[in-house]
Amino acid sequence: MTTVTDSRLSDSGAGARRGGPSPVMAAPALVFFGVFALVPLVGVVALSFVYWDGISEMTWAGLANWSDVLTDPATLNAIWLSVQVIVFSWLVQTPISLLLGVFVAGRGRYRALLGVLYFLPMLLSSAAIAIAFKALLDPNFGMSLAFGAESLAKDWLGDESLALYVVVFVIAWQFVPFHTLLYQAGVRQIPASLYEAAQLDGAGTIRQFFHITLPQLRYTIITSSTLMTVGSLTYFDLVFVLTGGGPGDATRMLPLHMYLTGFSSDEMGKASTLAVLLVVTGLALALGLSRWASFRRGSQLEGA
Amino acid sequence: MALGTRRAALLAAGAAAVLTLSAACGTSGPGGSGANAWALTGGDEQTIRSSFESWNSDHPDHAINAEFFANDAYKQKIRTSIGAGGAPTLIFGWGGGTLRDWVDAGKVVPISELVEDETELTDRFLPSVLDTGVVDGKTYALPNNGMQPVLLYYNKKLFDRIGAEPPSTWDELMDLVPRFQEEGIAPFAIGGQSRWPQLMWLEYLVDRIGGPEVFDAIVANEPGAWSHPAVKRAGEMIRELVDAGGFIKGYNSIAADSGADAALLYTDKAAMYLMGSWAYPSIKDSAPEFISDGHLGYTTFPTVEDGKGDPANIVGNPANYWAVSADASEKEKEAATQYLTEGLMSDSYVDTLLENGSVPPVKGIDKRLSTTDDPDYLSFVYDLAAQAPNFELSWDQALSPKQADALLTNLEQLFSGQMSPEQFCEAMDSTIEQK
Repeated sequence: MTTVTDSRLSDSGAGARRGGPSPVMAAPALVFFGVFALVPLVGVVALSFVYWDGISEMTWAGLANWSDVLTDPATLNAIWLSVQVIVFSWLVQTPISLLLGVFVAGRGRYRALLGVLYFLPMLLSSAAIAIAFKALLDPNFGMSLAFGAESLAKDWLGDESLALYVVVFVIAWQFVPFHTLLYQAGVRQIPASLYEAAQLDGAGTIRQFFHITLPQLRYTIITSSTLMTVGSLTYFDLVFVLTGGGPGDATRMLPLHMYLTGFSSDEMGKASTLAVLLVVTGLALALGLSRWASFRRGSQLEGA
Repeated sequence: MALGTRRAALLAAGAAAVLTLSAACGTSGPGGSGANAWALTGGDEQTIRSSFESWNSDHPDHAINAEFFANDAYKQKIRTSIGAGGAPTLIFGWGGGTLRDWVDAGKVVPISELVEDETELTDRFLPSVLDTGVVDGKTYALPNNGMQPVLLYYNKKLFDRIGAEPPSTWDELMDLVPRFQEEGIAPFAIGGQSRWPQLMWLEYLVDRIGGPEVFDAIVANEPGAWSHPAVKRAGEMIRELVDAGGFIKGYNSIAADSGADAALLYTDKAAMYLMGSWAYPSIKDSAPEFISDGHLGYTTFPTVEDGKGDPANIVGNPANYWAVSADASEKEKEAATQYLTEGLMSDSYVDTLLENGSVPPVKGIDKRLSTTDDPDYLSFVYDLAAQAPNFELSWDQALSPKQADALLTNLEQLFSGQMSPEQFCEAMDSTIEQK
């Protein structure tokens, strides 16, 4: 998310030299960014070098937190779970939101209506979604009872081999509308002339999709994927309410592991180390993706 | 130059906005003595709320402003507030390891030092319950609500259906499991997702097998204390019960905070339910006819053959407690002390607790129990708690927060079979030196 803003910032900086608004206009935002983002970040880095349980005196720990965290199997488990969530989320959400976006971008009143329905989950808060799904997935009083289908009475959130996929599904349910919106906007940007030309040449809907829509959506796919990947590193509220990291540590992903280490086990130093690790990973992922994207930058209207 | 002043003005405006924001967060505090108290919603909230209301109208110069928070959110909020020096005058707590942490950090004051005569504070309480508020021989916290031993609740209708009696030994309990299963009834309801209900099984089994000394050694951080044969045996028995299908299908998806576990008992889906005595008021609230029709049974945890522990021992929360913040001003401490001496567990306070189905940890209320709506149940809980040779505080509260978190996570893996009893003991032993 940060890098997306960053690249725009440098663009508008170039605009300012050509007589755009003065950079002073950004001062209030920069002050807020400094106070609420940079200062805490420096604080967290400092905390990663001390032992602190939140109420006693802090004592110097040196690199002990770092070596603890980096060798702790719990951290490795948390990282592995986060990687799985990133990969599965991308694999589930991208095709669904791409196809839905293309579909909703088309003309027709009924599509507009369907579009509104698809976007409904966007209006709900993560906590509300988690509580609703928790009730639905209850093996005794949930949807198995509501729909009278015994096969739905699974131990959805209590089975270690199942819980992570259920979490990925609920995350997808929440975020597919947002990415659909991105793709819808992307599709509407594609010049109609491309499709008209293709039609004259006798290309069918499927050929048009693979040869016009998909290539033209390249940058939308990169933007959406960046948001999805970096976003996966911050999924916290939903998982916290839905499973609390359980069963055992089957859904204790990196952000949740950080929170529980800090506020449940009261190891603020170790939690801060995990926080720094999260920031670094998030930045590296975002930068890497945008570098890769700009390396391959070509004309948006290639072939037009 | 014009740009320079404009920039300065903008920066100043930005800084002012930030300052206003932070100032707005920092101001608080009611009138009166300035003393305040934070407690939990639900449970005995009404008793505590009305006690402060009547106290404030009688003692406007020593008024205490009370605020109420949800359980899990409170546990994290209170620690952060205490650490940041923003604790309320009266701090609601559980005693045990958490209280010891506060004492070690110098964040709470010994209540005994706030009064001239300590006995006027402590005399009315049951000594076993008072003990949980004592650290290093000094009273730091006083009980503020009902006693909460863990009981074995059962559904009398379902026991009648299969013609069985509630289990008094572990073997009887294991024999009941297949009998209920044949009838399509789950033997035990449990809210596995909340994790702490699983802890009650380990607490009781370890106590029944090895007696209280086993956990005393664990609390004392003795190396290898978790590898005591009693812990390992308890782990094996839990595995046996799980493998036999003792717990309802999908129990790990059931959250205790939604009440879905208790609902299994009163909707005839599960025959038994091991839970703290706070389950009674909530069942009374959700399914009053289940209690009034006499379907709810309750008994103590079964004994274990060759076990060393006294079958009269109980586990649970002796009560919840008020501690006084060290950061409070003299005036605030004075208001708090006066309330603790005169307002806490006054006659009307005790009556309200009893009306709601809670048993206050005060001496000599046997006669008052018989005039309530639920005399049998309240007397049972009172006698159980008052006569227990050992009332063990829930382990997740007795241990340090770090060990408690590891315990709940490892125990869940023991239940699900991801960890063997040996691995559980080893994993918990590795938390011992950490403090």
